[in-house]
Amino acid sequence: MKSPSPASINILSALALALAVTLAVLFFAGAPPLTTLAVLFGGGLDSTASLLKTFSSFIPLFLCATALLATYAAGLWNIGVEGQITLGAVFAAGFLRLPDPGSFPPVLALILALAAAFAGGALWALLAGALRVYGRVHEIFSGLGLNFAATGVTLWLILGPWKRAGMASLSGTEPLPEAFRLPGFAGKPASMAGLVLAVAAFVAVVWLLKRTTWGLRLAAVRQNLKAARLIGLSPKRRLLEAMGLCGGLAGLAGGLLVTGLYHRLIPSISGNFGYTAILAVLMVSLAPVFVPVSCFFFAVLLAGAVQLPMALELDSSLSGVIQGVLVLAFLAAGRMGIGGRLTGDKT
Amino acid sequence: MDVFAATLAAVLFAGAPLALAALGETLSERAGVINLSVDGTVLFSAMAAFVTARATGDAWVGMLGGAVAGAFVAGVLAVVGLWLRAPILAVGFILTLLCRDLAYFLGHAHARQPGPDLGVWTIPGLADIPFAGTVIGRQSPVVYLSIVAVAAASFFLYRTRAGLRLRAAGESPRAAFARGIPVERLKVLYCLAGGAFSGLAGAAYSLGVKPGWGHPQGAEGAGWIALAIVIFGGWRPSRVVLGAYFFALIQVMGIHLQDVLPGLSSTLFQIAPFPVMILTLLFINIRRSGRFRDAVQNVPLLGRLAGKPPAGAPGALAGVLDQDAA
Repeated sequence: MKSPSPASINILSALALALAVTLAVLFFAGAPPLTTLAVLFGGGLDSTASLLKTFSSFIPLFLCATALLATYAAGLWNIGVEGQITLGAVFAAGFLRLPDPGSFPPVLALILALAAAFAGGALWALLAGALRVYGRVHEIFSGLGLNFAATGVTLWLILGPWKRAGMASLSGTEPLPEAFRLPGFAGKPASMAGLVLAVAAFVAVVWLLKRTTWGLRLAAVRQNLKAARLIGLSPKRRLLEAMGLCGGLAGLAGGLLVTGLYHRLIPSISGNFGYTAILAVLMVSLAPVFVPVSCFFFAVLLAGAVQLPMALELDSSLSGVIQGVLVLAFLAAGRMGIGGRLTGDKT
Repeated sequence: MDVFAATLAAVLFAGAPLALAALGETLSERAGVINLSVDGTVLFSAMAAFVTARATGDAWVGMLGGAVAGAFVAGVLAVVGLWLRAPILAVGFILTLLCRDLAYFLGHAHARQPGPDLGVWTIPGLADIPFAGTVIGRQSPVVYLSIVAVAAASFFLYRTRAGLRLRAAGESPRAAFARGIPVERLKVLYCLAGGAFSGLAGAAYSLGVKPGWGHPQGAEGAGWIALAIVIFGGWRPSRVVLGAYFFALIQVMGIHLQDVLPGLSSTLFQIAPFPVMILTLLFINIRRSGRFRDAVQNVPLLGRLAGKPPAGAPGALAGVLDQDAA
């Protein structure tokens, strides 16, 4: 709006604003501010065990944020990532429950299970994409509705066809056999394979978006749908491709949650990673370089928040409050200063 | 007959908060502001209303607290989204997540605690009439509030000068501005008013329909349904309220069906409105599409079966919600 100021001042003012609001929230909740912040950040950083816990959230979060880069590049408001994670988890668990997946070598079975997860997530995303492209249902509503529908599918499976022998409980399905679990790290379920997959997916997506004709076409579709149609870029297909890629990666995250972390299908397996990833991507104004940083920061908050109920009798939702406040502060600071780089070309 | 009356009463009861939230969003969107934060606003103000009611011992002060909390959230949206011009869909969505977590965090100390609620009003005379008495004679005050709110919103939008200016601002901001209507100021005003209505909806949950506060509260997802209801109702208060009752009916039916079909989990019925929401939007949008209009030209019966399509989005929103991705 006014004379541009250096980006660093914006970042600092955003951080200061976020800190001030967080302290105010702690004050209203009657919590000791410094101790609370120490528990929150210490719980995600202060030991190898904490760091591994942080990484087990970082992997799905980073994958989902990467996935979102694809749909944001197409100008799509995909808030259906939660459901896409869930369907990925369902497909992976379903594959490993096939009558005899043991006839495959375990490594092959795991790879196929993750491929099934990718397909499951892509399917759910394409459903939302088709509703948008052919049915003109805005993707916010289809995505959200499909999130709830995915929860319904998991609950039905866990309490119905896939219930544990003799009892149906919300604790989840029968645990996977040892052979079908992704190897953990130092005995903790933070899988190296998952991390490698997430980083590879990130590099691939950034390359696709920044260095290929496909990425350029997506950008054209985002910036002007009508013009893109007139010059023959077939926006329908591009939008569906972006949705499919995003859903596939989110589904992969779901598959990793099943094979690498929970080792079974549980009711809310998507664990809010889909929504948190939206915040992580928005916070850095869709600048891919910073996505790993914001995801790691949010993962620290998520891991630390688990300590809050035990250590201070506070609700663990504080991490979500801090995330939301930070993203809002960055949006506001960005508009006051450098601006321009945000998602808002259309609103 | 008794079962029918009881079901109607239950629908009015369950639909009251949905109607309030959807009416608020109707006002806001009529002025050209899409407030995606409704779901978070409802939860945050449910918490604020319950805590205020506990602190003062008066459920009606709690209702006021809820309305203020809702307007406050809308105020944040107005500052960041309207004044600083950050993308308003993004801000609304962030606020939804933020308010939900803020509600759980700040409300933690009040979770599962006893507190005042609005109780039930008995309308003298009306309550003694056989059928109507069951339906509307003995109800929570939030039911009467929602009915009054619909009538007031309808009258305001279509029968007053201020309502005309509001519709003009949302329909065609540039033309309205040229005619001397302060479009930006009206946007902020109705964004706040819409937030206050969503706040009343939250208070209606925690003080009436689902008394108390906890994590989860039981009103999760209601705000999203309200957003869909606005589209379902074609941005007209009377139809919007019918939409609210329609979705409330689905929820009530779910509870009834649970007894008939005990094999299906109750949680499955809680999510039932969402697939219905998608199908409704699909149906509405297909009726508005050009291809459907062509089909009606060839097969007039189709048009008679589908009825008249509801009005489209206000001009200022049409590009955002009614987009054509062909």
